[in-house]
Amino acid sequence: MDMLAGKVKKTSLNVDSTMNPIDVLERPIRLTARDVTVHYGAKQALHGISIDIPDRAVTAFIGPSGCGKSTFLRCINRMNDTIEGAKVGGTIKLDGEDIYAPALDVVELRARIGMVFQKPNPFPKSIYDNVAYGPRIHGLARNKADLDEIVVSSLRKAGLFEEVKDRLQEPGTGLSGGQQQRLCIARAIAVGPEVILMDEPCSALDPIATAVIEELIDELRENYTIVIVTHSMQQAARVSQRTAFFHLGNLIEQGPTEDIFTNPVNKQTQDYIMGRIG
Amino acid sequence: MAIDIQTSPEKASSDRTALIRAGLRRRHLNEQIFRGLGIAAIVIALGFVALLFVDVFRKGIPAFVQSNLHLSVTFDEAVIGSDPVPVRGDFVSDAEYTAANLKWQRDLAMLNWNKIVEASLRKAAPEGFEIDSKQIQTIPETNARHQIREMFVANPSLLGQTVDVDVLASANAANWIKGNIDRSLGDGQQQLSPPARQLIDTFVDNGTISNGFAWTIFTNVDSRAAPASAGLLGAFVGTLWMMLIVVLLAVPIGVAAAIYLEEFAPKSRITDLIEVNINNLAAVPSIVFGLLGAAVFINWFHLPISAPIVGGLVLTLMTLPTIIIATRGALMGVSPSLRQAALGMGASKTQMVFHHVLPTTFPSILTATILGVAHALGETAPLLLIGMKAFVASVPATPFDQAAALPVQIYLWQGNENRNFFEPRTAAAIMVLLAVMILLNGVAIYLRSRLEKRA
Amino acid sequence: MNALVVAGVLIVLLGISYQTGWSKSRNLVTADGVKVHSRPQYHGSFTAIWAMIPALVILLLWAWLGGGITHNYTVSQIPQDILVSLDQAGLNGAIIRINALASGYGVAGEIAPWEQAAGDAVRSFNFLAFAGTLILAIVAGGAGLIYARSRITARLRARNTVERVVNVLLLACSAVAILTTVGIVASLVTEAYKFFTFINPLDFFFGTVWAPNNAGGDNHGSYGLLPLLSGTLMITAIAMIVAVPVGLLSAIYLSQYAPKSFRSVAKPLIEILAGIPTIVFGFFALVTVGPFLRDFGNAIGLQISATSALTAGIVMGIMIIPFVSSLSDDILNQVPRTLRDGAYGLGATQSETIRNVLLPAALPGIVGAFLLAVSRAIGETMIVVLAAGNAPILRGSPFEPVSTITVSIVNQLTGDTDFTGPQSLVGFALGLTLFVVTLCLNIFALYIVRRFREQYE
Repeated sequence: MDMLAGKVKKTSLNVDSTMNPIDVLERPIRLTARDVTVHYGAKQALHGISIDIPDRAVTAFIGPSGCGKSTFLRCINRMNDTIEGAKVGGTIKLDGEDIYAPALDVVELRARIGMVFQKPNPFPKSIYDNVAYGPRIHGLARNKADLDEIVVSSLRKAGLFEEVKDRLQEPGTGLSGGQQQRLCIARAIAVGPEVILMDEPCSALDPIATAVIEELIDELRENYTIVIVTHSMQQAARVSQRTAFFHLGNLIEQGPTEDIFTNPVNKQTQDYIMGRIG
Repeated sequence: MAIDIQTSPEKASSDRTALIRAGLRRRHLNEQIFRGLGIAAIVIALGFVALLFVDVFRKGIPAFVQSNLHLSVTFDEAVIGSDPVPVRGDFVSDAEYTAANLKWQRDLAMLNWNKIVEASLRKAAPEGFEIDSKQIQTIPETNARHQIREMFVANPSLLGQTVDVDVLASANAANWIKGNIDRSLGDGQQQLSPPARQLIDTFVDNGTISNGFAWTIFTNVDSRAAPASAGLLGAFVGTLWMMLIVVLLAVPIGVAAAIYLEEFAPKSRITDLIEVNINNLAAVPSIVFGLLGAAVFINWFHLPISAPIVGGLVLTLMTLPTIIIATRGALMGVSPSLRQAALGMGASKTQMVFHHVLPTTFPSILTATILGVAHALGETAPLLLIGMKAFVASVPATPFDQAAALPVQIYLWQGNENRNFFEPRTAAAIMVLLAVMILLNGVAIYLRSRLEKRA
Repeated sequence: MNALVVAGVLIVLLGISYQTGWSKSRNLVTADGVKVHSRPQYHGSFTAIWAMIPALVILLLWAWLGGGITHNYTVSQIPQDILVSLDQAGLNGAIIRINALASGYGVAGEIAPWEQAAGDAVRSFNFLAFAGTLILAIVAGGAGLIYARSRITARLRARNTVERVVNVLLLACSAVAILTTVGIVASLVTEAYKFFTFINPLDFFFGTVWAPNNAGGDNHGSYGLLPLLSGTLMITAIAMIVAVPVGLLSAIYLSQYAPKSFRSVAKPLIEILAGIPTIVFGFFALVTVGPFLRDFGNAIGLQISATSALTAGIVMGIMIIPFVSSLSDDILNQVPRTLRDGAYGLGATQSETIRNVLLPAALPGIVGAFLLAVSRAIGETMIVVLAAGNAPILRGSPFEPVSTITVSIVNQLTGDTDFTGPQSLVGFALGLTLFVVTLCLNIFALYIVRRFREQYE
């Protein structure tokens, strides 16, 4: 695996050559996207996005609302398939495998690339059933004991177990917003994904709950490749190792988070960081 | 063993993938089955629509063809006699003239016009064809004699002359001609005697009987004595009166009520009650409105039984909740900015509602009205309870006259004993009813799209 | 004729009064140049209201009391010696003859001189009364007009008055809905109460034999509700068995799977079923579905009657399909997209998402829709009148003819309308039962649906 180290720099496209060549993360590349475009009907939402996502690190997508960062995120686990009239072009590869290949099973793909959404969306089931749902449909547990173990360990990893261990059979919708979001993270972890996509996971939460989730993201980084969309630059700066800046459907700039925030190359990035672009 | 995500992620990951892959085929199969069930449900639902329409059309279209007998009728003096027609000049007063004229007509009505009909039938029959008088009279419809008498009353100079007249074939004859009755049935089960059937076939061959479009369905009123001439005109006009009443009452009252509840009513217990009440009223079975009509309008207010006025009132009450709910929905949809703009210009609340808010809801109100009327048009049960089951063979001149209604006519016709003849005719009446409804719905859709485009 | 004259007079009065108020208002503007509170239209309407209300009050008073006055006058015109010789029926007959003479239609048979005299007197009385009322109305309207005109000044808050009147009118219109409910409840309860003076309520609600003696007489027959109730419930159950799976699955397919173009065609087509009058379904059941089921039964060795609970139930189910499907469609669309996304994001297939997440989330709403459909099936009349077979016997087989509550209402109430015997009054007792059952179902269903909506708002 170390062989792949350093590839980040070589395959980084759209990055100005004056960018700091030393990436803080010398990690293998998990996901590569090349010239990804998205059309909603006649409207083009993304214009040729190319980016590499390193393994076991947090990559943040930032940019003003409507810039296409969420759209691109949803391409990675093919959630755009569920939107009528959406057309995706270009290639996205997970471990070298084209995820838009006709032979690829989207169900399997989504089991490997989990997702956490903007608004906490626990199912109208018990806390236990929420977490157990993924393993159940995918047949990951051979028996009840297996399932219990997966549920408990997932809740632990999401930092929720201690808070809910006495009320696993109560409805997940009864939890507080922050707890609900951690439940959703536990639900995603329970399937054992390799990549977790987070679409503005804290935008509906208060600052304290946000801090808890951010801490959690930092812990999860140990085991998972995480891509997070956020409209908060502070959040990107706090949790991510790499940052990509989107604007009007284009990927303007990407690089180590520190560089993007302290030394942006592109004028538009600079304007955004300085608060000049909404 | 549970998958250990802690220790060796790579191993765990590939284990998981294997497990997931193992289940994929079954899951995709389930997906296909589920989707197939959905398609099957759609096919069943659409199939029922198609089946119903095809069935009604297949049954109803033959009824739009009627069998006409082309006879050459001689107004035989031997039958009619030669009483002179009263002339005004012979009498001193109008009253005496009217009395004499009525007596003359009454005398004519007493004559056996069937003899003239029979003679003309025998003339058309092959030479020496043997059939008795009673049997041959089963071929033309029973109103043929009235038709010929009325010709004579209108034009007494026909006496002794021979003219060509088209009369309707009887319902039984029409059944035989169109094959509505099984020709292979024995004599005992046939409605017509063997010679009559033979003669009908001869008539068809020699052109005395021919088929034409059944305008009578649209131009005649219902008839029991002469079923082949039974038409929908009376029922149609009855329905028209009722719909007129519904539109004139339900629309203004419904729109006004909606405006009050949505725009003016203070939010209180009472308005809540009215709201719950209206929602429930919309779901009250229609027959209950019929009971209301029977008890209140007929038994308490002594309005005439079987009249369009009562039917119209009952259907109005039934349609009212629909119109109120639709109008409220439309009012609710008007953007608050429009309201604020109007109020900001110094308009009073009433002015704001009537000058600015209401006009924008016009398309929705119009559509709701048409759809409500279309629904009321097909309603049968409440009308049966206010006496509209009665046989009425006239066109109602006012809403207070006895009348039938289209759906009730369908109900009455389907119950007629001459199944072979009335089943197609019922289906034809249904086609007319459906055509009116489709027309109304089409107009609603068209108007809405036009008005919304303009707005 | 009279109605036309009255309408004409009213319209003229309306026009004149509006015009008067309007022009006075215009003159106000030019005369003093002071700021006028209300616009001329409001002054016109103000005057019109003042003119129309007295005129209408007088006309309505006459419409209400006039009949009685005319009646008394007519009776007073019958000579005393003849009057005493008449019984009630004879008196009514005499009045009808006199009115016929008065209206100029003429009567059958010989006309007695006193009849002719009374007829002439009533005719002139009618004319005078009509003319008098009309003139009185015009005078009252005119007085109102003049009073209103005199009140028109620049300061008059005519708009506020007009708006208050409009407000009252609007309130009156929304009261119609309440009055309808009151009318329904009052008529059902009073007539049903009369029925229960003949028949013990216990015998009605728990009786197992339905055999009204429609011939009349002292023996009223038996009025047991249970055979009708069982027939109603059996047909409703069959209808639900047909409608719920088909309606729900087609709603699922249309809202979740179908491409937009297919949905935009198929949805209205299915909704056509909802617009077809029930009498048409009844005919379809009677002449097509019933015979088909009978033949089908014969083919597989099953005795199925052409008109049976099965026939009526299946066709009623077809009728309810669009009802279930469009309600379920609405409900499914209300489940937030994020829930579906959540399941997809975990790798659930579409059907897994629908079955495990969407349907459980939508369940309360769907149950509400289901109850509304049940209520509709219970109250449906024409299909069962034509296709259920009208056999009010308590039995368990759906292949045999049954009868329902609605069928019996139609049977008992279409003959006559003198609601004196239990034979016709039972219709109201049945109607009351039907009303209460459907009302409870509706209230409960609407409550559930509303709760469901609030949950996702």
